[in-house]
Amino acid sequence: MNFMLFSPALFILSGLCALLLHKYNKVSNCIGAFGVVTGCIAGLVSLFNAYTNPESVALSVPWSIPYGSFSIAIDAIGAIFLFPIFILSAVCAVYGLEYLRHYYGKKNTASAWFFFNLLIASMILVVISRNAVLFLIAWEMMSISSFFLVLFEGEKKEVAKAGLIYLIATHIGTLFLLVMFVLLGNEAGSFDFNRYQITAGGLLPSIIFISAVIGFGTKAGFMPMHVWLPEAHPAAPSHVSAVMSGVMLKTGIYGLLRVITFIEAPCAWWGYLLIGIGMISGILGVLFALAQHDLKRLMAYSSIENIGIISMGIGLGILGISTQNPVLAILGFAGGLLHIVNHAFFKGLLFLGAGVVLHQTGTKEIDVLGGLLKKMPVTGFCFLIGVAAICGLPPLNGFISEFLIYLASFKNILAEPSIAIVSLGCIASLALIGGLAVTCFTKVFGIIFSGEPRSSSCQNAHEPGMLMIVPLIILAFACVAIGISFPFILPKADRLLADITGISPDLIRTVLSGTMNPLIYITTAGLLLYSGLFLFAVLRRMLLKGRTIDSVPTWDCGYAKPDPRMQYTASSYVQPIVDFFKGILRTQKHGCELIEYFPDSSSFKTKTSDIFQENLFAPILAFIHRCAESLKWFQHGKLQVYILYILFTLVALFIWKL
Amino acid sequence: MNSWVDLNIIAIVLMNFMMLSSSRIRICIRVVAIQGILIGLMPLLAGVHSTTYASLVSLSISIALKGIVFPYLLLRALQKADIRKEVEPIGGYPLSLLMGVILFLVSCWLSSRLIYAKPLFSNLVVPVSFATFFTGALIIVSRTKAITQVLGYLMMENGIYLFGSALLGGQSLLVELAILLDIFVAVFVMGIAIFHISREFDHIDTQNLTELKDWVPSKQE
Repeated sequence: MNFMLFSPALFILSGLCALLLHKYNKVSNCIGAFGVVTGCIAGLVSLFNAYTNPESVALSVPWSIPYGSFSIAIDAIGAIFLFPIFILSAVCAVYGLEYLRHYYGKKNTASAWFFFNLLIASMILVVISRNAVLFLIAWEMMSISSFFLVLFEGEKKEVAKAGLIYLIATHIGTLFLLVMFVLLGNEAGSFDFNRYQITAGGLLPSIIFISAVIGFGTKAGFMPMHVWLPEAHPAAPSHVSAVMSGVMLKTGIYGLLRVITFIEAPCAWWGYLLIGIGMISGILGVLFALAQHDLKRLMAYSSIENIGIISMGIGLGILGISTQNPVLAILGFAGGLLHIVNHAFFKGLLFLGAGVVLHQTGTKEIDVLGGLLKKMPVTGFCFLIGVAAICGLPPLNGFISEFLIYLASFKNILAEPSIAIVSLGCIASLALIGGLAVTCFTKVFGIIFSGEPRSSSCQNAHEPGMLMIVPLIILAFACVAIGISFPFILPKADRLLADITGISPDLIRTVLSGTMNPLIYITTAGLLLYSGLFLFAVLRRMLLKGRTIDSVPTWDCGYAKPDPRMQYTASSYVQPIVDFFKGILRTQKHGCELIEYFPDSSSFKTKTSDIFQENLFAPILAFIHRCAESLKWFQHGKLQVYILYILFTLVALFIWKL
Repeated sequence: MNSWVDLNIIAIVLMNFMMLSSSRIRICIRVVAIQGILIGLMPLLAGVHSTTYASLVSLSISIALKGIVFPYLLLRALQKADIRKEVEPIGGYPLSLLMGVILFLVSCWLSSRLIYAKPLFSNLVVPVSFATFFTGALIIVSRTKAITQVLGYLMMENGIYLFGSALLGGQSLLVELAILLDIFVAVFVMGIAIFHISREFDHIDTQNLTELKDWVPSKQE
């Protein structure tokens, strides 16, 4: 029997067991987490099997559902998504074990485990399914289970609203996917993926591609279809946000890549479109992240930014395929795909870190935190690694993937004008994104972890238990390890890139070996940096040996009576940049300016809402609401008249057919 | 042409009208029960059944359910729920009767438009089966109490049974048994539901179920 199916089955089974034993909080929690961890290990083993023996994992069983067949398989494209799913889910499950302990007795944690396990099982099924019907069923399971996870604290009003927005957005996306699969199936005469091969020219491939971009882009969080993301991610429990942001968004990218493999010859403008979406999502994503005060909401916007970077890489890759430019195609896809894995690790790390902060202090408002590095040094250090990685600083993993996209652009800067302009645009926007990301995350780390505590809640904060610390360490280690070992990983990716681009593996190997030089430099420099840091740490310890170490408040210099309220706040730190981009951000400021010499007590508040939500979706929704209002008389709630409606319809149909 | 059959059919029509005009729930329950028995006997009177044991057994099951078990369950629910005995139609009895007549005429017109595969045992049977069905629907729509809706449901089933026995003869019994099972469960559940509704709300008036609708008018109006 197929070993790959073992792990989703284990997830669902352990989820059900957890649900059955919901009366015993501890037991059901342990069963849920244990199921995820063992399932993930089994999945990783079968993934390794699939790598050594690709034929061993294909399975196709006929199914009674019309057009459906239970076909699953793992190929290189699926594997690159399965790998982060397994690792991040296992890590988050361990973390969730302690995170949910806080809710014992207050909430049904067993149902949280059930939906968490279902979410992971369905994500795996999405990636391995090879039939459109099976894919859509798994896709829907994924949406529904994550919807219930978002509603974990559904009694809060804003959480309920977030859940509703997510439910609507994800189903609009599914609608477009349905259209896309029907078009594909109509052309191929079957709903099995291996029969999908669109060779026809004309409008059809473009319509399919546009539907895929809207449908999958809604899940992935392309702007402007991202509006559910900043609502849903802060609402879910932190380990769920980590999985949702780290790997669930990526299933949207997976779908897009899968559809591209169905189409023989992608058009060049698809590449331009994806690059454009990537630039908009990247720049606006990080800008809006910059202006947020809610830690998890900020992370959600930063996920949009990273999806933008991924989309840029894939767009460059498609452009490379359609213009027969192997360097652009290979490096673009390589950068985009690597960023998928990297983002899973560092965003998972950051969400889990944010969860620790929330769990230990009870707030995710950046402005009331502060000075946490002294209270929880290990968490702070891991968070710092995640922050450095997401900013794209060498020698961490985030830098490598952005570097590959930079490289793809720089190598084509002298190509024909259309590609050269796009390459320049990519370089410029990646640079802008990088700079803004550094501002954004120095704000996060600086305000939360440095300085003095701004409120009593972080006075008493302390390091959480091992179950929450170890996941952070594992993910931080993964960020460092990928950054260092990448030159050894890249040559192994030839099969994956050949699957996507359709370029011969030999050519891919030559192109990849051309990029090895700078990568090896990066690795060497990174190793030097780490050993230098290590030496300095040892030196510091030796010098401080036997001396007394004083500790004084931060920002003590020169102030007679320093007070935590004198520190920079999150808003004041980013104020110059937010003001510079005020045309886009439209930050509302509430509060008065201080004019007199002895001002009264005063307050100041800023709020940055989503421009797409306010200016694009709100008017559309208001219009739909107005239309619905005019149909209200029809829904009066009188049972008898409802039966009359049914009767009238039936009799009318009967008479019509006579 | 069998005069017993025609007599039986006329009795069924009269019961439709009686159902529409009577104001007591207890009488309505009995009328539906007697109508069920008469309709159950119809295949025997018309002689369309081969008198095998199987068909006789299923006939007697159907008659026993409709004539004895359902009325018993409903009367018991009536007693336990301790509800007022009036039917309370929307729009009054004369209007109900008028609607009943109109529906009867519509049924006659409808049945004249149908084309039958084989000759029927009576010209009246199809219009009457339609009329019974529509009268059941009318009872559901125009009466407010939950228990009268169950009665309407049973009447609709009577209509369907009559139609089936007219068109299909012997084969209809299998279908009929399946429907009967549904009805049995429905009556059983409704009996319990009516009891609980009356216990919770002190009445079984379905008009008050309007409060359960999900569309709440927005506050600015």
